[in-house]
Amino acid sequence: MELYELGLYELRDKLNREEASVHEIIESVLRRIHQVDGRVKAFVTLDEENALQKADQLKREELRRGRIAGLPFALKDLICTRSLRTTCCSRMLEQFVPPYDATVAARLNAEQGILVGKLNMDEFAMGSSTEFSAFFPTHNPWDLERVPGGSSGGSAAAVAADEVPFALGTDTGGSIRQPAAFCGVVGLKPTYGRVSRWGVVAFASSLDQVGIFSKDVADCALVMNIICGYDPLDSTSINMKVPDYTSFLSTDIKGMKIAYPREYFQQGVDKKNRELVMAALKKYEELGAIVEEVSLPHSEYALPAYYIIAPAEASANLARFDGVRYGLRDFEADNVTDMFSRSRAAGFGAEVKRRIMLGTYALSSGYYDAYYLKALKVRRLISNDFEQIFKDFDIIISPTTPTTAFKLGEQSNEPLTLYMNDILTVPINLAGLPGISVPCGFSDGLPAGMQIVAKPFDEGSLIRAAYAFEQNTAYHTVKPSLGGE
Amino acid sequence: MNSNYETVIGLEVHAELKTATKIFCSCSTAFGAEPNTQVCPICSGFPGMLPVLNKKAVEIAIKAGLALNCEIAALCKFDRKNYFYPDLPKAYQISQYDLPICKNGYLEIDLEGEKKRVGITRAHMEEDAGKLVHQGNITSTPFSLVDLNRSGTPLLEIVSEPDMRSAQEARAYLEKLRSILLFAGASDCKMQEGSLRCDANVSVRPWGQKELGIRTEIKNLNSFRALERAIEYEAQRQIEAIEDGEAIIQETRTWDEEKQITRGMRSKEEAHDYRYFPDPDLPPLKIEREWVEQLKADLPELPDQAQQRLMEQYGLPPYDAAILTLTPEFLEYFDQCLSLYNDAKQVSNWMMGELSKYLNQYDIEIHDCKIKPVALTRLLTLIDEGTISGKMAKDVFAEMFATGKEPDVVVKEKGMVQISDESTLLKMIDGIIEANPGVVEDYRKGKEKAFGFFVGQVMKATKGQANPAVVNSLLKERLKSE
Ligand SMILES: [Zn+2]
Repeated sequence: MELYELGLYELRDKLNREEASVHEIIESVLRRIHQVDGRVKAFVTLDEENALQKADQLKREELRRGRIAGLPFALKDLICTRSLRTTCCSRMLEQFVPPYDATVAARLNAEQGILVGKLNMDEFAMGSSTEFSAFFPTHNPWDLERVPGGSSGGSAAAVAADEVPFALGTDTGGSIRQPAAFCGVVGLKPTYGRVSRWGVVAFASSLDQVGIFSKDVADCALVMNIICGYDPLDSTSINMKVPDYTSFLSTDIKGMKIAYPREYFQQGVDKKNRELVMAALKKYEELGAIVEEVSLPHSEYALPAYYIIAPAEASANLARFDGVRYGLRDFEADNVTDMFSRSRAAGFGAEVKRRIMLGTYALSSGYYDAYYLKALKVRRLISNDFEQIFKDFDIIISPTTPTTAFKLGEQSNEPLTLYMNDILTVPINLAGLPGISVPCGFSDGLPAGMQIVAKPFDEGSLIRAAYAFEQNTAYHTVKPSLGGE
Repeated sequence: MNSNYETVIGLEVHAELKTATKIFCSCSTAFGAEPNTQVCPICSGFPGMLPVLNKKAVEIAIKAGLALNCEIAALCKFDRKNYFYPDLPKAYQISQYDLPICKNGYLEIDLEGEKKRVGITRAHMEEDAGKLVHQGNITSTPFSLVDLNRSGTPLLEIVSEPDMRSAQEARAYLEKLRSILLFAGASDCKMQEGSLRCDANVSVRPWGQKELGIRTEIKNLNSFRALERAIEYEAQRQIEAIEDGEAIIQETRTWDEEKQITRGMRSKEEAHDYRYFPDPDLPPLKIEREWVEQLKADLPELPDQAQQRLMEQYGLPPYDAAILTLTPEFLEYFDQCLSLYNDAKQVSNWMMGELSKYLNQYDIEIHDCKIKPVALTRLLTLIDEGTISGKMAKDVFAEMFATGKEPDVVVKEKGMVQISDESTLLKMIDGIIEANPGVVEDYRKGKEKAFGFFVGQVMKATKGQANPAVVNSLLKERLKSE
């Protein structure tokens, strides 16, 4: 086994037993990146020199103190990193180097983790395939002709291709869970407010949440312990005690009450995807859980509501990119209004422009009530649906996505088809709930994901349920064949 | 002004809240620093930055609201007001749209002894923008510079009801509002530094008409005088337009200080749609009742209460009481004087007279004035004791104001001691009477004016140092006899 293939716990053991050095681990990972990333294209920025330098400078006592000391990771390229460019995969910020670290980046640094680079994504996190990156698309390690999902496609692909043991992404409508499902890795979106958004470039502020991609559930729990928690710099982060998530790594789920919403097994969800999740539910029953079908009656309104609320917020969040203080500026303009529009016309891609226009329209006077306000009401109804279910159940299980990974170029010109990818993940963001996607089998050689959803701030139940399933199946041990050395 | 029309005025006032740091970040709000030295990634709108509400700003806004008799919301929220401008870093201003922190208040203005209540519709919190700086002429300079020091300074926008009916009322309202905010410790209210800014909504209507006329909004009113002049001009302009059969257009106009006119601002053809929506970065703000009650209990003395006190405690006329309570510093000066000296009217006269005159003339704040209460009251004591005359005291005051010298020192240096000695004065008076028998006769025939002649002669002979009271009584006595 190569070092780059190992998870965080295994790497920690290697370091503790002095069977490997930090330098060797970082070198192994970098070697792997050079070997496969020409094909996968998960990274937009590599920081090899700094990574190696940090590896060599880590002192013995620091190694013992940090929970991920000496272990490599990478970040979706909208998580700001001091002195390392943060582009949001947009021409607008191609040269932008933040003078600050996002809170999540700072927390990983404080645990002596080693950042090796920044990962590809759909421009400003708007997309479900990573094809809307202004730089290049990322390829699915399981089939290089297919998309890795999005918007955090680079993060999912990097973990699936063994380029890093874990990565952070963000999830606004499924941007962690959908690519995790497409790439056959674990992807967790915590409860809204659980993880600080400070220093994370906003797409839709009331929906965005930072989360984790990892090779298995245990690693996910370990990283959760690091990134979760109150941040006084983020007024929407919640001041609430964070449990030790590794304490939920138990296979005992006897008596756990699991609901599966019938609406999530219709609506153009591929038969194979449904069957894999039904089989998983069987597995849960065998393990002593109680499984019941339920209804989330407002599900069908989630996607339209999402595609009003998210673009509305985005239209304001992205207005600051005006060419005045940083980012791309058009120097040919005659006056300031012209400079705004020319800079923005040149800096943003088509999908970003589409969503800014959608959002601007939805907030316009005369349309606000019919669109934005109505969408907020729908959002409340969807939350209520979940609240009802959680009175009687611990978790809700469904497929993560309607299909497995589709081909590059197949949907990129059809926004509405592309938006359907989010249909099973979006309601969870609207309700602010935590959700995880775990590998639950294969369909024609492509991984499929199972989504588990829990009550607000009950990530513990997600981890317990996901871990129990993982430990009783072998899907997470199957790796894509990108070719070894 | 054409008396067939009534002018209707409402004011929108932006007051900078007196916090040490900005509303959503920890940058300083101090005025006058080098451009862009009080900025951070938050107030310059960098990607991924988030606002955290400054609790002190909320506290001050509540205090201001209470001082203005407002209801304080139990729940309010912040909204984004979207528009592009180079001095607005996020391209939206965080403001309050439909749930302001304060509403339904009022203040009372004094119109020649009559009280009038002016309603305050609402007061909401928002962040200030930065400002553009141009080198040379704005039309010829090829670029603008942006200074973000002011970006994120907490503001309270106070919107009045259209309750005012003249420029004088509008001025009285703004003066009263300023006093209240100053007394409440809510704002520095310095118009020239921009910490108090005022826009006026002006319309006219025929007397007796119920509906309001079409209004215009006048911006760039940087002084009380500008406010008054602009309203007068604008009302007249509207009346003339109506008389000429023109329609008033609802628009924003700017006050041209140089030409003393209002001008329509080049209208950006499209009407502004700010697309307000709740800021998802800031949870709704719950305001605990206990907190409000505590702040209410802790409110300092406000102008109305202080005026009442001055009238009741010292018997001062309402006019004096109003002037003395324009600023807390002025009132404090008065109170300090009264702790050293007990003729309130005399102190009031000097403060409203010489002191105000010199402060205005040299543009000096009262706390920077070289004449401290202890010196002023000593000066007044010198008058009372007959050492100097009131007229001499004015000269002494001028010297004190310029140099900060003690009154006794000035009096001594100038050799300004008053002659009150009766035998010295009698000798002079007798000589003058003897030398002017014709005038004496005139006086005795009832020509009152002749008396002044004698006073003048005595003053001339003593180079103005004779004690006028003593001179008066001696003269009367001497001229009466025989
Ligand atoms: Zn700042």
